[in-house]
Amino acid sequence: MNLVLEIALTHVRFRLRQTVVGVLGVATGVGFSVMMASLMEGSQRDFIRQLVDALPHVSVTDERREPPPQPAAAVYQAVAVLGLSTDEKRKGISNPYATIAGLEGWVPGAVAPSVQTKAVARFGGRDTTATVIGIDPRREVKVSQLVTQMRDGTLDGLHKASNAVILGDGLARRIGIRVGNTVTLATADGRAFYAQVTGLFHSGVRQIDENQIYTLLRTAQVLAGRTALINEIRVRVDDAMQAREVAGRIEKLTGYKSVSWQEAHEDLLSAFQIRNAIMIMVVGAILLVASFGTYNIVSTITHEKARDIAIMKSLGFRESVVRRIFVLEAAVIGLGGCLAGFVLGYLLCRGLGLIEFRTGFSDRTGLPLIYEPAHYLLAGGVALASSVIAGYFPARKAARVHPVEIIRGAS
Amino acid sequence: MSVPLIEVRKASRILGGEVPTTLVADIDLVVAPGEFAAVIGPSGSGKSSLMYLLGLLDVPTSGEVLVDGRPTRALDEDARSALRLSHLGFVFQFHFLLPEFSARDNVLLPMRALGRLAPKAQEARADLLLAELGLKDHGWKRPDQLSGGQRQRVAIARALANEPAVLLADEPTGNLDTASSAQVLRLLREVAAGEGRAVVIVTHDPTIAAQADRTITIVDGRIVGDQARAAG
Ligand SMILES: Nc1ncnc2c1ncn2[C@@H]1O[C@H](COP(=O)(O)OP(=O)(O)OP(=O)(O)O)[C@@H](O)[C@H]1O
Ligand SMILES: [Mg+2]
Repeated sequence: MNLVLEIALTHVRFRLRQTVVGVLGVATGVGFSVMMASLMEGSQRDFIRQLVDALPHVSVTDERREPPPQPAAAVYQAVAVLGLSTDEKRKGISNPYATIAGLEGWVPGAVAPSVQTKAVARFGGRDTTATVIGIDPRREVKVSQLVTQMRDGTLDGLHKASNAVILGDGLARRIGIRVGNTVTLATADGRAFYAQVTGLFHSGVRQIDENQIYTLLRTAQVLAGRTALINEIRVRVDDAMQAREVAGRIEKLTGYKSVSWQEAHEDLLSAFQIRNAIMIMVVGAILLVASFGTYNIVSTITHEKARDIAIMKSLGFRESVVRRIFVLEAAVIGLGGCLAGFVLGYLLCRGLGLIEFRTGFSDRTGLPLIYEPAHYLLAGGVALASSVIAGYFPARKAARVHPVEIIRGAS
Repeated sequence: MSVPLIEVRKASRILGGEVPTTLVADIDLVVAPGEFAAVIGPSGSGKSSLMYLLGLLDVPTSGEVLVDGRPTRALDEDARSALRLSHLGFVFQFHFLLPEFSARDNVLLPMRALGRLAPKAQEARADLLLAELGLKDHGWKRPDQLSGGQRQRVAIARALANEPAVLLADEPTGNLDTASSAQVLRLLREVAAGEGRAVVIVTHDPTIAAQADRTITIVDGRIVGDQARAAG
C-alpha cells in the first residue's frame, strides 16, 4: 500500500472513537441533505405533474395581449384613445374550426374546442359560483385527463340527457348534490337553466374540483347566450415541457392569447425557485457544519501527532508528504461519512415514505419522495470536498512545524 | 583526505527575538569518512544545536554547511529533506519511533519514503538490520512492547536503513543501562567502521567519549577542543 495512505489509515484506525464521531457528523449531514432533496424535489415534481394534468397544456382564448389598434391611431398621430367601451360579451374565436384544423396540422399533440362561461350553481337553497366549460367529449379525451378523473358516471353521460352536466366532486359536496339530481345554473344576465347531473369528476386539485362544471358545447353556448361560440381552444402537447414554445407559436400564428401551463402557473414555478434556493442554503449549511467536525478531528490528530510529524520530517519526509497524510485522513472521514450518509439518507426516505400525510391541496396519502442518484452524488461530493478542505488547513499548519522545536521539547 | 562527508564553515546559529540567543557560534568542523567522533560539553553548551545543523534540521544564520561537498544553506526545505533522507541518519535520546507501527515497519519507513529499493529488497534489508541489531524475533512488536534498549536499537536500525553517509546520535544511550549502552555503542562503532561512513555522537559519559576516535568539546556554543585519540 502507498506509504502516505497507510500512515493516514493507521492514524484513523487507532482513533476509532474520534473517527466514528467525525464520520457520523458527515453522515448526518449527507443523510439529511439527501432526505431533504428527495422530499423537496419529490413534492415539486408531484405538484407540477398535477398542474400539468389538471389543465390543458395550452389554452388559446379569444383575448389578445395587445388591444387591437384603433383606426383613429392609424390615421391621426394619436397618443391615447379615450372613452372606448369594451364589448359586453366575449367575442369568441373567429372561424374556430378552421383555426383548429390549422393547428392540428402542426401541433405535436391534440386540439379541442371549448366554451367557457360563468354561472351560479344552485341546489336546495345552497349555491356557488362555477366555471362552466363546454366540451366536445370525443375531442376532450385527447386534450385532458377528464376520462380518468371521472368518479361517478361517464363522459358519455353528457349525451344522455338534455342539459347534462358533470360536476367537480368538491362543488357537488358544497351544494349537497348527487348524480341524478337537477342543478339550477343561473347566468349573469339573470337567465336560469335546469341541468341534470350525470357524473362527478375528481382532478385532485381542490380549486378545480370545487369550481368546474363540464357540459356539452351546445349547452355552454346556450348558457353564454351565443350559439356557435367557441372562446377557448384546448391543446395537449405530447411533451408537456414544450408547452411554452408551442403556445408561443400558436399565438404568433393566430394572434390569440395562448397561455401554456407554465405561464399560467408562473408564480408557483418561481416560488419553487425560491424554495430550491432556500433548500440549497440549508443543505449547504448542514454540510458545512459537518465539515467543522472533520476540521476538529484532523486538528486534534495533528496535535497528538506533533511528535510523529517531527519524526517523519527529521527522517526526511517532505512537507507536502506530511500534509498529504492528514488531508487523506480528512478524506477518509469524509468518504466514510458519505457512504454512511447514503445509507442514512435512504433509510430516512424509506421511513418518511411510511408516514401518512394529507394536505388539503392534493389527495395523495404519503409524502412525495423520489430516489434520485444525483442527490446522493451531489450531497456526497459536497461533503467530501468540504471535509478535505476542512482537513487541509490543520494539515498544512502541522506539516509546517519545525521538527527541532518538537524534538527539543520532547528531549 | 577524501571529500568530507559534512563540512561546517564559520557557522553560527543565533535565535532572533527580544534577547537574541546564540546557540552555536563560529563553528568550523569537518566530518571525514571512517570517523567515530564524540561531542562533549556541559549541559546547555550547544551540542544538540550543533547536531541539528549537521543534520540539516536547522539552518545556520551565517556560515555554511556542506553535505557531500554540496552547500546547503541556500537549499529549500524540500531539498534539505531529500538530502536528509538519503545521506543522514538520526538517533535521539528518546527513541522517536512511530507508536502505531511495528519495529519492522518503523525500519521500513525511510526506505519506503526514499523508494530506492524494490519493496522485496526493502523488506529483506529491514530484516537484515533487525537481525544484526539482535532484534530478529521482535520485528512484529510495536514500540510500547519493546524495552528501552530494544527501542533504541530499532531507532538505530531505522537511521541506518538508507545507508546514510553520516549517522548523528544525540545522547543515544542517555536512557539506557550499562549493558544496553555498551551494546548500542558497539553497534555505532561498527557502523563507523563501514565503508565511507562516519558517526557523530553527543554524550555526557566520559567512558563513551574515551572510546571515540576524536573528541570535540563545546563550551558556550563554541568549539574549544578537537582532539584525535592517541593511537593505541
Ligand atoms: N528556542 C530556544 N530559545 C532560547 N534558547 C534556546 C532555545 N533552544 C535552545 N536554547 C538554548 O541554547 C543553548 C544550547 O542548547 P542545546 O540544546 O544545544 O544544549 P545541549 O548542549 O544539547 O544541552 P544538553 O546537554 O542539556 O542537552 C541552551 O542554553 C538553551 O537554553
Ligand atoms: Mg542536548
